[in-house]
Amino acid sequence: MSATVSSAEAAGRAAMVLAAITRGAVQVADHRPWQHFVVDEAGWRRAGEALRDRYVVLLGYWGETAAVSLAIADDAMLQVLVVTFECERGSFPSIAALHPPAARLERTIGDLHGLVAEGALDPRPWLDHGRWRRPGPTSRGQVGDARAPYPFLAAEGESLHQIPVGPVHAGIIEPGHFRFTASGETVVRLEERLGYVHKGIERLMQGATPEHAARLAGRVSGDSTVAYATAFARAVEAALDVPVPAAAHRLRGVMAELERIANHLGDFGAVCNDAAFALMHALCGTLREQVLRCARRCFGHRLMMDMVVPGGVAAPLAAEGIADIRRLLAEVRDRLPALIDLYDNRTSLQDRTVGTGILRPEYAALFACGGVVARASGRDVDVRRRPGYPPYDGLSFEVPVRHEGDVDARVRVRIAEVQQSLSLIDQLLEGCSGGPVRVELPQPGAVREGMAMVEGFRGDILVWVRLAADGTIERCHPRDPSWFQWPLLEVVIEGNIVADFPLCNKSFNCSYSGHDL
Amino acid sequence: MRKIILDSLFGRPLTEPAPAIDEAALAELARGVDRAAHRRLGRSLAIREVDAGSCNGCELEIHALGNPFYDLERFGIRFVASPRHADVLMVTGPVTTNMQEALVRTWNATPDPKWVVAVGDCAFDGGLFAGSYAVAGGVSAVVPVDLHIRGCPPAPVHLLQGLLALLSVGTGG
Repeated sequence: MSATVSSAEAAGRAAMVLAAITRGAVQVADHRPWQHFVVDEAGWRRAGEALRDRYVVLLGYWGETAAVSLAIADDAMLQVLVVTFECERGSFPSIAALHPPAARLERTIGDLHGLVAEGALDPRPWLDHGRWRRPGPTSRGQVGDARAPYPFLAAEGESLHQIPVGPVHAGIIEPGHFRFTASGETVVRLEERLGYVHKGIERLMQGATPEHAARLAGRVSGDSTVAYATAFARAVEAALDVPVPAAAHRLRGVMAELERIANHLGDFGAVCNDAAFALMHALCGTLREQVLRCARRCFGHRLMMDMVVPGGVAAPLAAEGIADIRRLLAEVRDRLPALIDLYDNRTSLQDRTVGTGILRPEYAALFACGGVVARASGRDVDVRRRPGYPPYDGLSFEVPVRHEGDVDARVRVRIAEVQQSLSLIDQLLEGCSGGPVRVELPQPGAVREGMAMVEGFRGDILVWVRLAADGTIERCHPRDPSWFQWPLLEVVIEGNIVADFPLCNKSFNCSYSGHDL
Repeated sequence: MRKIILDSLFGRPLTEPAPAIDEAALAELARGVDRAAHRRLGRSLAIREVDAGSCNGCELEIHALGNPFYDLERFGIRFVASPRHADVLMVTGPVTTNMQEALVRTWNATPDPKWVVAVGDCAFDGGLFAGSYAVAGGVSAVVPVDLHIRGCPPAPVHLLQGLLALLSVGTGG
């Protein structure tokens, strides 16, 4: 899409493209809130071409026993569509061959479901390291061979050397393997190998009740437990078309923003700590701890796990809780300016963050990534605003966007988002009143599907779910924002020195667990 | 920055008194731990953390042990970057089959005497992920465990209680 095209023209063109993809396709009856079509091979290819030509962006890409599905939208996130291709011969035309950002998701479909992507450029497994006790969610797959070497992409040249890092890292972080090729201090190529924390969550969800599956969803990535539980609950509620009380939406919003504040504060301190500025780490750690303690007092759990349930929230917020959160907001507001000042006035710190790990806007756009990573590289996206969902549709907030794309920009977007979250919680508490916070889920009586997107602190989380007639989960796919951010980390480190990798990595703070499932 | 330093110097410290030692943890440790080996450590423990498939919730709370409220290092307990420097492996997660070999290799790289602390409900028996095709089902299925600290995730104060129990067994309380 060229930059000269106006947004109205782009939306019109996307609508035409989406209509072309679904031409002659069969609409799935019970899929909410967006439309879902089963397309033929030509329609599937048109979807891939629309991604290649940048008329639409990729939101999700997942498989089942004998089908693959794509969630796509226009760039403005106003027209969302799910298309499914039924793989009658156990294979499907590769989308990644047309649109490389789909590659890791497509390799995962092969690992988990044994479906073959025809014409794929990268046939290597991704999450499957050949060590599973039996194949993935469906029986067609075969366990790979653990002894087979994993061929890393080549980097050739004089005096290049490789630095293998992980899966066990030096810090208290999640496991993953990074293969650096360096020329002296400068990184020539980074290739990630992930999948070490694959727990088989999608399979564990199959046949589970929505209540049990919600607990699993809340542990896809523990730091985003509120956002995941909300995305899952919203997908189930969409499938069942069940309205949730306004008070529950508000409390979900309060918890989601507390989670955002806690994580952004942690990341702010951690980025500075990786530049050996430990004072900021201690100060941010103190504030973060106060947020978690407040969450414990108000909601019964420091990370607020299992507080968001399908149908609402687990418990109401007591009147003293409202006062407690207000005191916390005042404390954070009181302390934050000194931290920002401290960051602004340390040239030794800025020397490490400014100009380091630049993500060029065209890459952010190509991968249609979300979250801080996108917004620090000029990509003005936030699913709280568009497509939007309650309680945010009635609140006023800004989406901070910067254009530098470096570590510094990602730090500053986080700080600005903390300030927005403080204001959002203010607004949410203002309207907090009594009333029910949970409704019973009705029995579906037939197969029903739902999808939801929720803005976690890391970016947009997508959950797609199909409920069986008895109300249990037939298939669920949670897609972490990290899927579209991890590959970009490989891009930004190129040309930086090895010693700046921790800063780049921390400023992205992708989830291993969320990605590996 | 001057103001922050002055405030820190003259303000009341945030660090809280040590929590009581967890009796259940003491009982579990007393069964399997060699007191003589512990005495050699004095009151210093070097911990290597290994995430063997956690959702990262446990890591967040282990991280919190370093914040000024809990200040783990005042007890002589610190996290180290290599298993070769460690006395204790602190393992989280249900042990995914993809991490199983890495965990065993890390355990082999840790010099004797060594102890393994399994943190979280998944590290205990696989927790919510038990039975999955991709999970070994708890740390003790893969390496011997000396102490379990339960919780999803355990709060920092519970982690602290367990670690203090590990120190106190060695020094006779």
